[in-house]
Amino acid sequence: MMNNLKIKTIEEFLNEGISPEILFWVGCAGSFDDRAKKITKAFVKILNSANISFGVLGKDESCTGDPAKRAGNEFLFQMQAMTNIEVLNSFDIKTIVTTCPHCFNTLKNEYPDLGGNYKVYHHTQFINKLLEEGRFSIEGGSYKGKKITYHDPCFLGRANNEYNAPRNLIKKIDAELAELKRCKSKALCCGAGGAQMFKESEKGKTEINLERAEEIKKNTSKIVATGCPFCNTMLTDGAKSFEADKQVEVLDIAELIVRAKDL
Amino acid sequence: MLILITSLGFFIRNINRLRRNINIGNGQTEPITNKPERWRNMLRIALGQSKMVTRPIAGTLHLIVYLGFIIINIELIEILIDGIFGTHRIFSSAGVLYGFLIGSFEVFAVLVLISVIIFWIRRNIIRIKRFREVEMKGWPKLDADLILYFEILLMSLFLLMNATDVEFQNMNNGNIISSFIYPFFSDYSIDTLHVLERSFWWTHIVGILIFLNYLYYSKHLHIILAFPNTFYGSISKIGRLNNMKSVTNEVNIMMGKAVESENSNDVKFGASDVTDLSWLQLLNAYSCTECGRCTSVCPANITGKKLSPRKIMMDTRDRIEEVGKNIDKHGEFISDDKKLLGDYISREELWACTSCNACVEECPISIDPLSIIMDMRRNLVMEESSAPNELNNMMNNIENNGAPWPYNQQDRLNWNE
Ligand code: SF4
Ligand code: SF4
Repeated sequence: MMNNLKIKTIEEFLNEGISPEILFWVGCAGSFDDRAKKITKAFVKILNSANISFGVLGKDESCTGDPAKRAGNEFLFQMQAMTNIEVLNSFDIKTIVTTCPHCFNTLKNEYPDLGGNYKVYHHTQFINKLLEEGRFSIEGGSYKGKKITYHDPCFLGRANNEYNAPRNLIKKIDAELAELKRCKSKALCCGAGGAQMFKESEKGKTEINLERAEEIKKNTSKIVATGCPFCNTMLTDGAKSFEADKQVEVLDIAELIVRAKDL
Repeated sequence: MLILITSLGFFIRNINRLRRNINIGNGQTEPITNKPERWRNMLRIALGQSKMVTRPIAGTLHLIVYLGFIIINIELIEILIDGIFGTHRIFSSAGVLYGFLIGSFEVFAVLVLISVIIFWIRRNIIRIKRFREVEMKGWPKLDADLILYFEILLMSLFLLMNATDVEFQNMNNGNIISSFIYPFFSDYSIDTLHVLERSFWWTHIVGILIFLNYLYYSKHLHIILAFPNTFYGSISKIGRLNNMKSVTNEVNIMMGKAVESENSNDVKFGASDVTDLSWLQLLNAYSCTECGRCTSVCPANITGKKLSPRKIMMDTRDRIEEVGKNIDKHGEFISDDKKLLGDYISREELWACTSCNACVEECPISIDPLSIIMDMRRNLVMEESSAPNELNNMMNNIENNGAPWPYNQQDRLNWNE
């Protein structure tokens, strides 16, 4: 497929003697998962359209170690963390933006102890920053007046107290934010965190993503926005069984903006 | 006097035992920095009950009982002085002020009574879900009810004591509520009333002293421990999971950044028993009010998995008590072939957690059930190598190709194709 995204690695930048404004940390899901790759591309479109000089690590990027840490393997986590920190520091990285709240939380809160100190943004925070600085604008667009629900990713919301950045962007595209009953600090997990993404769940009455999907179904909007590739997968799966007239689309905030602005 | 000294003696013994038991935790805590912020947290969360009111009904009722408890206890000063020096209502000479104080005590006593009765109804008639989970059978249920009965008894005794106090009723100063109860006793002679008043007085004060010593055995201990617990509770972003220092040392050695020291071989990673947890985690366990707010928001619990963060805290406390008794008996801990991990908390519970932090966010007194779950997972993985197979695959992938899935690290830029 042809596309005209402008992407450069940090290495390429440094070879030209330039240091880009930010490092875009793509993350494992964003690099390899087919659904999440679309989110990666959407965010790059936004960066391109705002003319942000950003680099990616490409083959020098590696898992932050979050799933290993939360599965209890602190060894593997710290091995990953220290290797990544060596790479990041060797490229003299100062600012990191990521589309994954798990990478975000780990880079921001768990790397400093181990010698990795960076300014870390979730992409919804970074887009807000661009708006504030007047470097990017969103006005109305195709979602004007439409109802959109937002699902708080645990690692962005509760873990890092960021409830406003994504909501503000939904307002910016002139959509009507239709909150779920359990939202913000009371939001229900999608079921993927703590390494659950990679294993079958324990025995129970139902699956967590189905429980959350039921709640989404009660809400009348046809679009569920979120800011995490794992939530995206879990909710998309959870909503699969919805009747034809109840179908919802699960989209990342970055994708919403790209569609609203037709980038 | 004798009763007072014995009960205070018991109380001090209990506090010492508590202190010792909390200190059996060898696990590491983060350094206790930023005292001013910690004081603020304590004032806001424990004294100011800021997190209680997120659930308005329970929060308001709790606030009434809490305020009532503090305010009515001012009266305890007079009761104690009267008891020790044989005086009668020593402060009554304070006139209007006295009337105002006693009056508000009486009003609060009634409000507390009402609230406590509503609490009882919520537990026993409406049977709200979080009060009837599996871990709430037996002692925890009885404990919760006993506390309510105690409070009903103490408040009633306080009002009856005032109502049958002829002198006090004649003063007609502050008997806002008790003056309505007084007429019920109008058929009794002055002498009988005096005997009644004395017996109410005595049961009231003895009741309070018994209650004081009941705390140690009960979830009601939170009325004291909520304060240190909110002080020492984490002040970083709740998403941050501590980095284990012991592991950092080992990883540094492996990466050639440090040299091996002699004692680095005998570290144990993670927790399999209460002795491996930190004093803070043990303090958490003793502070838990068993309110179940954590469990009621836990996604695993909501979807019928065995995990209940409240149970994690209750199991931890039960196990500390067991280890404590073992030490009392033998002078030191003699192995009893039991562990917190396995005998109290099962692997199935531990692996059901999504680390979503809902329990941590929800706890009204800053308890962190997730940290115990994580320390036990660490033990399962790093000491026992017994993670579920799928997780072992995931970890192998990270180790071999830097992603939780089996994709080649060289292909990380291919998303653009
Ligand atoms: S962090 Fe674990 S125990 Fe706590 S609410 Fe979430 S799933 Fe339940
Ligand atoms: S841990 Fe906190 S929220 Fe959970 S039962 Fe104990 S006091 Fe309540």
